[in-house]
Amino acid sequence: MRERLLTGNFHLPQSHTLRVYRETGGYAGLEKAFALPPAAITEEVKKSNLRGLGGAGFPTGIKWGFIPKGHQGPIYLVINADEGEPGTFKDRYLLEKDPHSLIEGMIISAYAIGAHVAFIYVRGEYVRPWRILRQAVEEAYAAGFLGRNILGSGFDLDVVIHRGAGAYICGEETGLISSLEGKKGWPKLKPPFPAVRGAFGAPTIVNNVETICHVPHIMRRGAEWFAGLGTNTQGGTRMYSVSGHVVRPGVYELPVSVTLRTLIYEHAGGLPNGRGLKAVVPGGSSAAILRAGEIDVTMDVDGLKNAGTMAGSAGVIVMDDTVSIPEALMVVARFYAHESCGQCTPCRESTGWIFKMAKRIVEGKGRKEDLDTILDVARRGAGTTICAFYDGAVGPYISYIEKFREEFEALIPRA
Amino acid sequence: MPKLTIDGRESEVPEGTGVIEAARRLGIEVPHYCYHPGLSIAGQCRLCMVEIGNNPRPQIACNTQVVEGMVVRTETPKVLETRQAIMEFHLINHPLDCPVCDQAGECWLQIYYMKHGLYEPRMVDEKVHKPKAVPLGPHVILDAERCILCSRCVRFCDEITGTGELGIFQRGDHSEIGLFPGRELANPYSGNVVDICPVGALTDRDFRFAVRVWYLETAKSICPGCSRGCNIAVHSNLRRPHHDGGRRVARLKPRYHAEVNRWWICDAGRYGYKFVDDPSRVRFPTRGRGDAAAEVGWDEIVPLIAGQLRRYQPGEIGVLASPQMANEDLFLLRRLVDHLGLAHVDFRVPPSRPGDEDRILIKADKNPNRRGAELIGLGPRDGGLDARGMLRAARERRIKCLWVFHHDLLASAWPEGEIREALESLECLLFQGSNGNGVRLLAHYVLPSAAWVEREGTFTNFEGRVQRFWKAVEPLGAARADWEIVARIGEALGLSFMPDTGEDCFKALAATVPAFAGLSYRELRDTGRLVWDCAGRGPA
Ligand SMILES: Cc1cc2nc3c(=O)[nH]c(=O)nc-3n(C[C@H](O)[C@H](O)[C@H](O)COP(=O)(O)O)c2cc1C
Ligand code: SF4
Ligand code: SF4
Ligand code: FES
Repeated sequence: MRERLLTGNFHLPQSHTLRVYRETGGYAGLEKAFALPPAAITEEVKKSNLRGLGGAGFPTGIKWGFIPKGHQGPIYLVINADEGEPGTFKDRYLLEKDPHSLIEGMIISAYAIGAHVAFIYVRGEYVRPWRILRQAVEEAYAAGFLGRNILGSGFDLDVVIHRGAGAYICGEETGLISSLEGKKGWPKLKPPFPAVRGAFGAPTIVNNVETICHVPHIMRRGAEWFAGLGTNTQGGTRMYSVSGHVVRPGVYELPVSVTLRTLIYEHAGGLPNGRGLKAVVPGGSSAAILRAGEIDVTMDVDGLKNAGTMAGSAGVIVMDDTVSIPEALMVVARFYAHESCGQCTPCRESTGWIFKMAKRIVEGKGRKEDLDTILDVARRGAGTTICAFYDGAVGPYISYIEKFREEFEALIPRA
Repeated sequence: MPKLTIDGRESEVPEGTGVIEAARRLGIEVPHYCYHPGLSIAGQCRLCMVEIGNNPRPQIACNTQVVEGMVVRTETPKVLETRQAIMEFHLINHPLDCPVCDQAGECWLQIYYMKHGLYEPRMVDEKVHKPKAVPLGPHVILDAERCILCSRCVRFCDEITGTGELGIFQRGDHSEIGLFPGRELANPYSGNVVDICPVGALTDRDFRFAVRVWYLETAKSICPGCSRGCNIAVHSNLRRPHHDGGRRVARLKPRYHAEVNRWWICDAGRYGYKFVDDPSRVRFPTRGRGDAAAEVGWDEIVPLIAGQLRRYQPGEIGVLASPQMANEDLFLLRRLVDHLGLAHVDFRVPPSRPGDEDRILIKADKNPNRRGAELIGLGPRDGGLDARGMLRAARERRIKCLWVFHHDLLASAWPEGEIREALESLECLLFQGSNGNGVRLLAHYVLPSAAWVEREGTFTNFEGRVQRFWKAVEPLGAARADWEIVARIGEALGLSFMPDTGEDCFKALAATVPAFAGLSYRELRDTGRLVWDCAGRGPA
């Protein structure tokens, strides 16, 4: 039987309501959590091997442990619901179908890190998810799960929903914090890291929606059980957003040890119309592309890292043999040129430049040195920027050309 | 205090010092654009990369604080390669219009490209176009295509003036510096953004196209605009006199002083030098009032003036010195006043409007040397009259001869009619100053003073800091430093002390006036010295 922690209720009518959530055991873990000291919850999350599901895959319990011990003054929890990574649409389902699991996860997580205010930063275009979430938060307040002295525990938590305005960079955690603070969504210099100095200068933990939705399950069924669902270095399941040339595109919750081949061919129904597979991007647009022959990899953070790509946000983009990789590169390059916040020089200048070169190649006006120029620019710029946006752009720049060089060369006129 | 090693050299720096500053202390310049020691750290240009310890990735030196035992390398192959890459990124969309750019010759894109760039250009695509020649305010003009988006100007307006006129708008390579809607860059310090802009994006509307910077000479100086005494550099154009209508002083730039003005000066001071090359300058001594005024030589006028001063009883003579004058001038004048036994001496004339003041630099007292005049003792002596009293006495014809230095008494806080009547009643009105004014028009004798940039000297600022200024250009016409003029007249009157240089005056001043005891030009160096505090708190 397939374990479905996050999506288990999705099929129920009215799954987004407090009533249905409670009928299926929701909020039951709260009293158990309040009975524990906060540090014990962080310990439990560490043991569960839960890793961040927003993109970076950082171990969640370890991140929580970075909050300075004995800190006086406010601490914030921020939920990243910006979901901007191309090919990723799982958080949307969680917000629409099971918002109370996020709220319960937030209460437990806030209690663990000592936060009394939690923000949810919702992608601006997510109007329906935002409405449903807002209703759920109101219900939770009315039922005493939010606000003062939750369930008589003495613990207070207020939740503030903040809507983004449509910028990919506001999903990067410090860009998100700037935006939350009312500033332009520019990522911040690290150090200091948000856990030490984040939103409004206070220690702040930023976690993805899906990451936090896992927390109630860990509390209910135990860290060992959760860890046992995954690999040695990553516990639990995660939601894979599968799009592109598959028979059944959609969100699939699976243990992280599933292989890419199984995900595509068994769960998503394989490619339609008997077409052949050309390439797969396994973790959102920032992940390096894989060739058809490279899909026997497990879909956990380390499995994909060892395969030279990354799990990222688990957005799986499947491309059949009709896809032009140079065109695909032009499209992603346009995205990164458009979304670069423009703050730091290497990213600001080279995302636009690389897009122009990629476009020229697709238009048949490429020059033979363009491919090496793109590779060289991307390699030299990698690792020099303020935030990981640029390294994310470098993923496709380099891998598309390295793995499909002949396709690019075929478009470049011979002198 | 953590110890660290930079390029093999050991150093110890205070806790919290950034790697870039630690390197600077050792004389190692880490190339940078966005970092400015007077502003917050932005970390945007990414040029200041260095290798730290065993970290395989170069790190930015501006946002990295020194920790004990840190090993920093600023010239490894990896650092050099990264720097070159970052230089290329800075330049791909730059219009490369140096031949028509006012910054050429002092542009950090030019400097760093030659030092750290020197790559084969690879950018063949259309560059991003942005607005050009956009006036941002009365003093500053923007070329957004030349901007490298270091955000220094934005941070200056946010952090130093707190006025927040500027922002970076749009995203990606369309990002662009601009004014917030409805705003103008018109704060009292706006010119500083031109100084801190490392490239030709922000240029000075006053200086633009006046002269190429490599033709400029530099002299250290002190701003005479108010009693703060900001340290400045006078940039003069002597080599291309046919440029810009013969204007000799091309611009003033702030000079760093940790305690006085840090990196900044105000706009009033920056653009306040125009009087130096103004047609209102007094170029030659004259005798005769109004239409009867005739140019004469020094040899002719000095005995005439000495004669006038001899003709009257000491009680019939008034001297109105100016807090615009240098310590040297005031000291020699006091010598002469004592020699002649004059009692009616003052230097205080209230301005028509109270001066503006703020918490940054600007002081309400628009004179550079009021404190000096106080310390040297140019106030009324032995029951003598103050300035207003002298003018009253002039109307009553008790004072018959008045020697006015610089002041435009007709534009003071006092009723103009009354003052005019007083001046017209005088038998002998001597005016000594650099520029003409209402008093000059009524004077019987006019003596041309050199402007402060035309001579050396010292001013004592509001807190009692004595600071030197140096000569930048030759005096106009026959103008001379005030002390020189006073010395010549004194000589004709039998005063034995005859200094040859400003430094001689200062030596004598230091030997005579207790507050200045022990000081000398050498001792003052570039940063000046605090003297005896007039408020009675003792030596500063
Ligand atoms: C350019 C960029 C965009 C990102 N967008 C998102 C996003 O939309 N949602 C998200 O959860 N994380 C996003 N991240 C990752 C966040 O920076 C951060 O790592 C994450 O929210 C932490 O939560 P987690 O540890 O639970 O994954 C993005 C990162 C980058 C560099
Ligand atoms: S890497 Fe790109 S997105 Fe990130 S701060 Fe720099 S310019 Fe902005
Ligand atoms: S205008 Fe000058 S100071 Fe301002 S951001 Fe551009 S380069 Fe920097
Ligand atoms: S000087 Fe360090 S990043 Fe600009």
